[in-house]
Amino acid sequence: MTLAVGITVFVLAAFVGFEVITKVPPQLHTPLMSGSNAISGITVIGAVLVAGQGGLLAGILGFLAVTFATINVVGGFLVTDRMLEMFGTRRRPARRNPG
Amino acid sequence: MSEAASTLLYLAAAALFIVGLRRLSSPVTARSGNLMGAVGMLIAIVVTLLRSGIVDYTLIVAGLLVGGTAGTILARRVAMTGIPQLVAAFNGFGGAASGMVAAAEFVADGSSTTETAVTITLSCALGLATFTGSFVAFGKLQGLIPGRPLLFKGQMVFDSALAAAVVGSGIWMASSGNRSALWLLIALAALLGVTRTLPIGGADMPVIVAFLNSMSGLAAASTGFVIGSEALIISGALVGASGLVLTAIMSRAMNRSLANVLFAAFGGDDESQPEGIGGGPVRRATVDDAAVTLAYARSVIVVPGYGLAVSQAQYGARDLTDRLAGRGVKVRYAIHPVAGRMPGHMNVLLAEADVPYAQLLDLDEINDDFPRTDVALVVGANDVVNPAARDDASSPIYGMPILDVDRAGAVIVVKRSLSPGFAGIDNPLFYRDTTLMLFSDAKAALESLARAVQTA
Repeated sequence: MTLAVGITVFVLAAFVGFEVITKVPPQLHTPLMSGSNAISGITVIGAVLVAGQGGLLAGILGFLAVTFATINVVGGFLVTDRMLEMFGTRRRPARRNPG
Repeated sequence: MSEAASTLLYLAAAALFIVGLRRLSSPVTARSGNLMGAVGMLIAIVVTLLRSGIVDYTLIVAGLLVGGTAGTILARRVAMTGIPQLVAAFNGFGGAASGMVAAAEFVADGSSTTETAVTITLSCALGLATFTGSFVAFGKLQGLIPGRPLLFKGQMVFDSALAAAVVGSGIWMASSGNRSALWLLIALAALLGVTRTLPIGGADMPVIVAFLNSMSGLAAASTGFVIGSEALIISGALVGASGLVLTAIMSRAMNRSLANVLFAAFGGDDESQPEGIGGGPVRRATVDDAAVTLAYARSVIVVPGYGLAVSQAQYGARDLTDRLAGRGVKVRYAIHPVAGRMPGHMNVLLAEADVPYAQLLDLDEINDDFPRTDVALVVGANDVVNPAARDDASSPIYGMPILDVDRAGAVIVVKRSLSPGFAGIDNPLFYRDTTLMLFSDAKAALESLARAVQTA
């Protein structure tokens, strides 16, 4: 991949990001943030390659990077799911009959 | 797996991220959208594990297990009030991982071209500054570090010198290929993350958490350039854009520029409140007065502030509004963008208490309805309902978008005392004829209001 191609991909993806994100209502901004945060854990694939290539120093850095990125990915998606479950449309029945 | 197959599968993962984020635009589809993102991530990880070039899986498996377990425990245990801290911490971990991948690339291959030197420098600087900055934000949100701006004389000069030194060490690293330059770069960037976040006040945390979110995305994208991965570039750009949009929305809601948030050391602690506040007599209400006003209204808008969440009063609020709705009162909640500790936080706290999504309305959606509303119930909010921000050009918060509760038929303010809010600014709303002040803790007030409404 040349630098120019990389920049092209980056700029186009950023535009897609702006378009998609501006459609998310303010009510869902916290799940949006934790969910997109989990996506930034994609760096885990770079970490896996580094951790698997052998060598002491790269191994240490790779192991730490895999661990950190996995916390980001797994924790991020799970906590987002927990929140979105609460925003579900089904509602628990009211505790008492008011009036 | 062939190179073409893995590239296409990475593309599929990126597409799932985009469609997943798109589905976050409605609470009905949001959960499946998040699941699509998780599936995309799983695909990306499995494809990577199957690629040639991996000689030893021990460290990979160990890292995935340790990280997966820690992430699961953290995500399961956190209280909803603690979400901003957790997101800040996850951000920090992501940033650190991106920086480390780039550092490991340098250790393994050096920086053969100017291009890799630049991107490695960027990754390490952004990644490590995000890491330490996020943990300072975590400390402030968790109450481990004082919320007031912490800074020293000449800090701007020091920070500028530090930023220049980061660039300098990057140039040294690129020209010499020396590992010491890499470690110096990492140490300086980490220090810069700390000194740039400490001066930011507690009230500005929603902006800074969003900003750090954006930075962690940019760090991932820049690492994508280092290792030549489109998947990282696309995902990083998405997150960078998302964080930037949220940062802009939050800054606008506070009527501040991002530069002002980052460099102005605005706001204080709750402790530092000036004397001599008070613009005249107020109308005090008892719980029964307030309950009658609410029970016989046709429409009520509840305006929650962070004080409501701190005293865990969202359940009492839901109980009260359920009973009002049961009496035929039209009930809605008006949520100011900065009502919580991160964008959208208040909505999560109310959703946890099972307040229906349809009752949660944001500033733009509901502000025009206040003149047609009988009662506005303000609980634990202050500056975001201060009419001075709209009417008084000499007010320090003039220009900040507010909820126009003063235009409702009557206003009930639940508040511990007349003390001013975070910014230390008096609120003329409290002294108006149409305002009833109910001096009480939020939780106790809402619970007794719910009981009193029953018999009113």
